[in-house]
Amino acid sequence: MVRVELDGLTALFHRPSGMTHILAPPAPQLLDALAESSATAAELAERLGRSFQIDGGADEMAARLAELEAAGLVQRV
Amino acid sequence: MTDSRLLVSLLRDPPAAGTLDPAQWTELIAVARAESLIGTLAYQLRAVGLPATVERILEQARGAAEQARRQALWEAEMARRALAPLGVPIVLLKGTAYAAAGLSAGAGRSIGDLDILVPRGALPQVEEALLAAGWEWVKEDAYDDLYYRRWMHELPPLIHRERDRMIDVHHTILPLTAGPTPDAEAMIGDSQAIENGLRVLGPADMVMHAVAHLFADGDMAGGLRNLWDIDRMLRQFASGADFWKELAARARRHQLQAQLGRALRLAAKLYETPVDPQLAGRRRLSDALFEQRLLARNGWGQGTRSALRLVFYIRSHWMRMPPLMLARHLWQKARKS
Amino acid sequence: MKHALNLQVGPVGFRVGSDWRGPVAALRALYRGYPEPDVCDFSVRLEPEQPWRRWLKPSVAIRGDYILPDAAPLALPHGLLAAEMGMNLQMALGQKHYLLLHASAVERDGKAVLMTGASGSGKSTLAAMLGEHGWRFMGDEFALLDFDTGDLHPFPRAISLKNHAIYAMAELASSERFGPWLRGTPKGTIRHLRPRDEAIARMAEPARPVLILFPRFDKAVPRAIRPVGAAEVFVRLTQASTNYVALGERSFAALTRLVINLPSRAIDYSDGSSAIEMVEALWAELGQ
Repeated sequence: MVRVELDGLTALFHRPSGMTHILAPPAPQLLDALAESSATAAELAERLGRSFQIDGGADEMAARLAELEAAGLVQRV
Repeated sequence: MTDSRLLVSLLRDPPAAGTLDPAQWTELIAVARAESLIGTLAYQLRAVGLPATVERILEQARGAAEQARRQALWEAEMARRALAPLGVPIVLLKGTAYAAAGLSAGAGRSIGDLDILVPRGALPQVEEALLAAGWEWVKEDAYDDLYYRRWMHELPPLIHRERDRMIDVHHTILPLTAGPTPDAEAMIGDSQAIENGLRVLGPADMVMHAVAHLFADGDMAGGLRNLWDIDRMLRQFASGADFWKELAARARRHQLQAQLGRALRLAAKLYETPVDPQLAGRRRLSDALFEQRLLARNGWGQGTRSALRLVFYIRSHWMRMPPLMLARHLWQKARKS
Repeated sequence: MKHALNLQVGPVGFRVGSDWRGPVAALRALYRGYPEPDVCDFSVRLEPEQPWRRWLKPSVAIRGDYILPDAAPLALPHGLLAAEMGMNLQMALGQKHYLLLHASAVERDGKAVLMTGASGSGKSTLAAMLGEHGWRFMGDEFALLDFDTGDLHPFPRAISLKNHAIYAMAELASSERFGPWLRGTPKGTIRHLRPRDEAIARMAEPARPVLILFPRFDKAVPRAIRPVGAAEVFVRLTQASTNYVALGERSFAALTRLVINLPSRAIDYSDGSSAIEMVEALWAELGQ
């Protein structure tokens, strides 16, 4: 993946698919957290919650994860 | 240039490109695009010294083919993610299979839809899983749907609503109404796993599918490309022990011996493919018609020989369907248009 | 084909063939002074939609190396427009050497202004007008971004003027540069304008882009200039590109670099002369 910050948003080029995505927070942070190791929505809320204010907790994480999964950026293991 | 012969001869003999004049290059490029062989041509000519303009055009074709390959593999990967929980074998077919298996037939090749073969009994689950993962029916037409489900060798085409890419889900490789009935179960049984868990056909079956596709699917449109696939596979697989014997056995099993013979003769004639003379059989008078049909294109990329094309068009429908059914199908098509 | 013409526009060579004399003759007259390529990048064919339509109610199908299956044919008197559309289509579907932006561009002192916007935004007319006011016209339809250098390459085909823009340009350019009146086309009344000789002579000369504009022509709104954020510019340029997706990572890199390095402005204008003033003022403000 290649990422470029564009005033608050993240333009992301995903090499395997050749697709460009424009991501708003917390999606980029979520991808960073998952880059460390795979995790459940609740674990992600916990991990990200250490550095950011997360509204909606695990439910919010699950919804964002579903979007990223549909885009092929994350997958279930 | 009166037909596609120049394209065929350069695919076969790349160094001959050194003698072309600018007008011939322009014609060759138009013909290669019309035959969906521009990427293949670009790949074949990659090591030949070419005029700068030509090199720039072919470099673009190689880039486009590389991008097509990447997209096709990604589409296969997304289908794999959608279908993996079912635990059924998913066999990639045609262009995506060549790319996934790293075969020379895939070099520079254009790739259209994603074609997969699954066991017939798994169709309902596969359909359901694809619909759940964002694929949608292309046509909402009851006649088309019924026609596909009763007589065709595949589900009605599906398209992904986000990625706008089509998938064809086959349960066998020829329409159920066609004369020969290939043994799809044996094909799936002998398929080989590739690293991500998807599968490709075994070498002999892969050739046989390309042969079936060349003659029985459509009216020989795109035939030069399909025949090129066969040439590349035969050259690559022929070194395997007992390949020709295995090929003969599979042709018999799938009831495609005559088609295999014709494909071998045409490949040998046009691309100088080394073939087993016994499997190829003796040259027939009608071979010349097939050859003319394959080469029927002028230097502007226009199809020529419209009478011959028409004959092949009717023939292709004839082969897929018994006459009564053909009449019914053409009637339905006419009524709708 | 019976009638044919080879035509070089910027870095791209076209071969245009036709079953009728008219469209090629009109093209030859309009493009007088353009160089002739040796090997052509693209072939365009103007042929009867059905064989009998060559004589009977002639209708020109736009075909070529790349085709749109559902492209509507044009009447024979609009054959010149068919040729133009055919060339555009080849570029839109087949051009893979440059990042193709649906934009107009003008140049001064080796630096270029890139103007993009929806059809009807006036980007084409604005480029044509600037081209008569001390700027070099680089193209009104496509701008070609070079992946290696980041430069813009000209694509100075004849300018396609529609409706009222025809009258506006008639006051600025000599009549011999205009093509025939094409009335009642699917796009309204059209007349093509050959760019100035200098723009044609320098068609191989790229320029460095320094400013991105999103012009919007609207008689009803007051003139206004506002900055546009990088993310918005990026998305709008990807939408304005016909080959962004096909070129993969290279286009991502080129386009993100462009939007990060260049200032962008949306400009609303209600008449041509105020638009020119606004562009000149921005140019001065940016220290160009």
